[in-house]
Amino acid sequence: MATITADIAAPRRSRYLLDRPELIGPLFVAPAILYVVLLVALPFFLAIYYSVSAFTIFDPTYRFVGLSNFSDILKSEVFRRTLANTFIFTIGAQVIGLLLGKFAAMLLVQEFPGRGLARALVVLPWAVPVSLATLAWQWMFDSLYSVINWTLSAMALIDPASPPQWLGQQDLAMLAVTVVHAWRLFPFGVVIFLAGFTSVPKDVLDAATVDGAGFWRRNYQIILPIIMPIVLIAVIFGTVFTFTDLSVVYLLTKGGPMNATQVLGSLAFQVGILSGDVAHGAVICLFLFPFLLIAVVVLLRALRRREI
Amino acid sequence: MNRLIKTAAGQGSFYAAVAVLVTFAAFPFYWMLLTTFKSDADLYNLKSNPYWLNAAPTLEHIRYLFGDTLFLQWVANSMIVGLCVVAITLIVALPAGYSLARISSRGAESLSIGIFLTYLVPPTLLFLPLSRVVSLLGLQDSLWSLVLVYPTFTIPFCTWLFMGFFKSVPREIEEAAIVDGCTVAGAFVKTILPLSLPGILTVIIFAFTLTMQEFVYALTFISSSDEKPVTLGVATDLVRGDIFYWGELMAAALIASVPVAIAYSLFLDRFISGITGGAVK
Repeated sequence: MATITADIAAPRRSRYLLDRPELIGPLFVAPAILYVVLLVALPFFLAIYYSVSAFTIFDPTYRFVGLSNFSDILKSEVFRRTLANTFIFTIGAQVIGLLLGKFAAMLLVQEFPGRGLARALVVLPWAVPVSLATLAWQWMFDSLYSVINWTLSAMALIDPASPPQWLGQQDLAMLAVTVVHAWRLFPFGVVIFLAGFTSVPKDVLDAATVDGAGFWRRNYQIILPIIMPIVLIAVIFGTVFTFTDLSVVYLLTKGGPMNATQVLGSLAFQVGILSGDVAHGAVICLFLFPFLLIAVVVLLRALRRREI
Repeated sequence: MNRLIKTAAGQGSFYAAVAVLVTFAAFPFYWMLLTTFKSDADLYNLKSNPYWLNAAPTLEHIRYLFGDTLFLQWVANSMIVGLCVVAITLIVALPAGYSLARISSRGAESLSIGIFLTYLVPPTLLFLPLSRVVSLLGLQDSLWSLVLVYPTFTIPFCTWLFMGFFKSVPREIEEAAIVDGCTVAGAFVKTILPLSLPGILTVIIFAFTLTMQEFVYALTFISSSDEKPVTLGVATDLVRGDIFYWGELMAAALIASVPVAIAYSLFLDRFISGITGGAVK
């Protein structure tokens, strides 16, 4: 009671202000919007600005150069290779990640002793900070003491005298970064599919079984359509995170050997930060934007479908 | 499905599949653990079986890590950044989430979707201009640059999470408080906040782990060794010259990742329902 009387006794004017939802609403949400506008929207426009200027760390002028940076980049052999790599990396990691994720979720949805532990271990690659987890892979791919090569040569699958250089050969390096990223990503698929599987009503499945639907039929004609919206959202997030990733590539190969594993993120870092050519770096970053836009549109449609 | 898989493939192959899967997921962590306690002589010996300890386990790598490197400084840096970012996130996202969940006004719906979409904006798109902003503000090479920039991804995500929480609290509770004489803001502080404590806890853990996992901004903004957060310092500064000291590296990776992994796993289900936009229980 005491608090209520105190409230009533409070000064009329502030009370009046705090009582008006149409003022409180915007007031409460304003700091969040301000933060996003100042540190997400503004930098984005700054990136566009850099992309049409001759700005470098060493010569910080905003001289307008039109679209010449874009044509420089498009002409560059390295960039075209990078763009192709980015697609291979994204599609490869997504496909492996989703297939493994679905397979793992189908196993982990069963009841068996040790299920909790198995789930916790499977989720690890996604939970651990990327730079630390990738270090372990770097050590496993070591040129001399690779445990993978030791195992393969113990099984007499490779010649111990000239073992494969996982991070040193162009094709193997691409395979390595893709697999490591898929490894990081697949637990995300697992939890999404698990959440989806448990959301499928039991009676629907039972009815289908009674009607004679087999394993495949139940999976692809009943469960998959029901969980599709969730899976779609997960695919979009996974694609965006993969397409824009630079951590795995930077840590494992730094884009090498000979740009064989260069992706948009790592090339932008190399050009824009390491070489200090901010203008061209910004152009490379902006090539991510159309793909993000597509992702956003697909995501919005998926969200709307969920609400219906 | 249960019966079918088990009868078709048999109990044995079911467990074999689980084992293969768990091995694929967890082997790198076993590898960290093993390397941490292996002596150098054992580590760099091509003849010995790498899967097990062939000599007495050693604590030398851990001792070196704590005694002769900046590891503890990096951990402290990560803590400072994490705690500051959590504080900023709570101050900004808590009222924003409440406002978007409760106070209906035109545009609240599209605004909330807009905030959700901000989470899709990747560091890779913004690290170049932000690095210029950071250096204009005189924050380059300082961990305060991370305190400034990390909320750009924690705020949108946590606002979205808070919205879910607040929507699950019955509106009648605050209406009762308002009828009893509270202001709208007072009802929020006195009824909604106490009921949302589990939600607040989740957001604290998530904002913290998200900052612990970030790598790109830290790599871009910070180059002085003693200002680095642990995820960056371990990856870039434990390599002396061109030589990798794998014992220390793996010890550092293991010690820094265990707490993050545990926190993350515990709150995973909440994270998923947040990302899929579902109602949070």
